[in-house]
Amino acid sequence: MTRKVLMQGNEAVVEGAIKGGMRFFAGYPITPSTEIAEMAALKLPRVGGRFIQMEDEIASMAAVLGASAVGTKTMTATSGPGFSLKQENLGYGCMTELPCVVVNVQRSGPSTGLPTSPSQGDVMQAKWGTHGDHPVIALSPSSVEETYHLTIRCFNLAEKYRTPVILLMDEIVGHLREGVSIPENEQVDIIERKLKERPDVFHLPYHVCEGEYVPRWHLTGYDVRYNITGLAHGVDGFPTNNNEIAGALVTRLVEKINHGYEDIVTFEEYMLDDADMMVVCYGGTARSVKTAVDMARAQGIKVGMFRAITVWPSPEKELKALSKKIKSVIVAEHNYGQYSLEVQRIIERPVGFVGKVDGTVITPDEVLAKIKEGR
Amino acid sequence: MKNNKKLVINTAWCKGCGICSAFCPKQVLEVKAKVKIVNLDACIYCGQCEMRCPDYAIYLEDTNNDA
Amino acid sequence: MASKLIDKYMREDHLPHIWCPGCGHGILMRNVAKAIDNLGINQEKVCLVSGIGCAARAAGYMDFQTMHTTHGRAIAFATGVKMARPDLEVIVIAGDGDIAAIGGNHLIHAARRNINITVIVFNNDIYGMTGGQYSPTTPTGDYGTTAPYGNLDRPFDIGLLAAAAGASYSAKGTCYHVPQTIKLIEDGIKHKGFALIDCLGVCPTYYGRKNKKGGAVEMLTRQKENMITAEQAYKLPIHERESKVILGKIAENDFPEFTEEYQKIIDRLVKQNG
Repeated sequence: MTRKVLMQGNEAVVEGAIKGGMRFFAGYPITPSTEIAEMAALKLPRVGGRFIQMEDEIASMAAVLGASAVGTKTMTATSGPGFSLKQENLGYGCMTELPCVVVNVQRSGPSTGLPTSPSQGDVMQAKWGTHGDHPVIALSPSSVEETYHLTIRCFNLAEKYRTPVILLMDEIVGHLREGVSIPENEQVDIIERKLKERPDVFHLPYHVCEGEYVPRWHLTGYDVRYNITGLAHGVDGFPTNNNEIAGALVTRLVEKINHGYEDIVTFEEYMLDDADMMVVCYGGTARSVKTAVDMARAQGIKVGMFRAITVWPSPEKELKALSKKIKSVIVAEHNYGQYSLEVQRIIERPVGFVGKVDGTVITPDEVLAKIKEGR
Repeated sequence: MKNNKKLVINTAWCKGCGICSAFCPKQVLEVKAKVKIVNLDACIYCGQCEMRCPDYAIYLEDTNNDA
Repeated sequence: MASKLIDKYMREDHLPHIWCPGCGHGILMRNVAKAIDNLGINQEKVCLVSGIGCAARAAGYMDFQTMHTTHGRAIAFATGVKMARPDLEVIVIAGDGDIAAIGGNHLIHAARRNINITVIVFNNDIYGMTGGQYSPTTPTGDYGTTAPYGNLDRPFDIGLLAAAAGASYSAKGTCYHVPQTIKLIEDGIKHKGFALIDCLGVCPTYYGRKNKKGGAVEMLTRQKENMITAEQAYKLPIHERESKVILGKIAENDFPEFTEEYQKIIDRLVKQNG
C-alpha cells in the first residue's frame, strides 16, 4: 500500500534519513533548514535513535563524525553560513573516511544574505569548500518525493564509499510542500559499512583489501584498539610525514570516488532524443526548466533538459557525449554562474546561461526567453 | 624485609631532563646526558623516579616471579 | 622495555614520545593510565578523543580506541561518541589553548549539558606545538612569542570555568602531586556526568625559558612549594590566589546525566509505540 501525504522537502529528508538508517542527528538551528533538526528531534527517539542540538555548526559536524566513528549512521543539516562553519570537520570526515550525511539547504548569500530566499550559490563550495584535495559526493533533489529517495541514497553512498555525502538542497525544494507517495513497508536497499573479515588487519583501520578502494571497518570496543587522525596517515591510522604514504592516501581518496563513477552518478534526461538544444540544471531549478521545455516544445522548438541528480562528481561522460550531438547548451542555476563553468570545462565550448542572485526564483518564462534567444 | 624489586633503566627513552635524580630522596641517580645509577645500595625502592619520569625511562620491576 | 603499566596502556612502538625533555605531559599521561588501571576499566571500552596540540598527541600513544581530531573540537567529537555508544568510557585529553580558546565554547556547553565525558587538561600555560605563543591560561604579564611585551590578557582558571559552566565534577591537579592527581582523575572518570581535571603542566622549553622559570626541576619544585588546596584557594581574594598552585576538587555534584536522561525519553516513546 502506498501512503500519499502532503509533505515539506525538509520533512522528507528526515523521513528518508530514518528509512536509510539514521540513528543520530546533531544540529544547530538555521533558516531554511531548521525543520530538519526539529523533525529529527521529534522522530529519532521514537525509533531508538538520538538527537542533540549542539552549541554551534562546528560542534554538530564534529558530533556527527564522532558518532560515525563508533558505527552509527549519522546526519547533520544546515544552510549557507552554517555550511561554511562545517567545512573544517567535513574535511576531517573525508580524510578519516567517516560516513555521514550533510544536508545543505542553500539560501541566498554571500554571508547571511537572504535567509529565506532560494539560491544554488553553494554548489562550488560543496566541492571545494574545505582546504586540501579530496573528492566529494553531492546529490541534489528537485522534488519532495525525490528528496526522500535521495536521502536514503546519500546514506547508502556514505557507507559504501566511507565518506561524508552532501545532500545539496535548495530553499525551493526544502520549503516546498507537495504530495508524495511513500510505499508503506517498502523494502528499500540499505547498504551497511563493509566489515573487516581478516583478524590480522582488524588493527589497521586503513587497510584496503586487494581489488577494493574503500577500507573496511572494524567495530569500536571489540578485540582491537586503533587510532584515527586527520593528519596524513598510513594503513595503521597513525600520523606520518612520509611523502610517499601521504601521496598514496590522497590519491586513493580520489580514486575510490572516480572508480565508483557509474554507481554514483545519476541524472535525468528529458526530451533529449531529438533535441538540438539542451538546458542543463539541477535541484529546484529543474522545475522551471521542465515547464520551459514543455512550453518551447509546444512552439516547435527541439529542446530538452539534462538534470544532474548527482552534482558531484559531475556527470562528465554523459554531458560530453550529449554535447557531441546537441548544438547549443544552456545552463540554468540560481547563482552567478558556477556549475556553468563545470559544464563549459566538460564540453569544451561556451554555454548560454540563465541565472539569478536576487533571491527570486527563475521562472519558466525566463528560461524560455533564453531558449528562444539561443536558437 | 626482603627486597623483591629491581630498578630498571631504559636508556633509549631517557631525554636527560634530570627530574628523577632531583627528586630521588637518596641520591641514587645521576643525570648527565642520560640517567645512570650511582648508588644502588642507597635505593629504598620508593618509586618516586618512576612516577615522575616523563619518558617512562626508569621503573621498578617486580622480581617476585623470577625466584 | 617498560614497566607493566606502560606496557599495558601505551603503544610502545610509538615511544619515546615527541614531547621535549622535562615536559610534564609525560607525567600526566602516565597519571591517566594509572587512574584507568586503578579503576580496572576494560581497555577496549575506553575511547580517548583529542584535538590538536602537544597534549593532543597523547591519543597516538595511549593504547585505547583513539581519535585525534581537529583543533578545539575534541569535546564535540566525544559528545557524538558518547551519544552513539553510552557504553564506552569517553575521555578527552586536551591542552589549554585547545580546550579553553578555540574549544572554549564546546567546553562550557558540554559542562552545562552534563554529558558523561571526562576531560583531562594538560595545562602548561602556553601554545607549545606552534612554538610558545601566549594561551588563555598564561598569567598576565608573562611572556610568549606573541606577547613580547608581556601578556595583557587575564588568564582563565579552567577548573573554575568548568565548574561555573555547570560541570558536575571539576578538580585541579598538578604534575608534581602525582598520587593526588591520579586520585582526582580516578574520581573524575568514576563520576557520572561531565568531569574535568585541570592539571597544571610543565613546559620548560617555551613557557619556562620565556619567563625565566628555570628548567623542569625548578618548575616542579615551584608547584610543590606554592601548592594550596582548592578549599583554601577559593576562599582567598583573586589576586592572592593567582600565584598559587591549586590542588583538589572544586565541584562534585549529582546532576542528571544527559545520555541517561535521553535514554528515558527513548524508553518511554518506544514503550508507547509498542
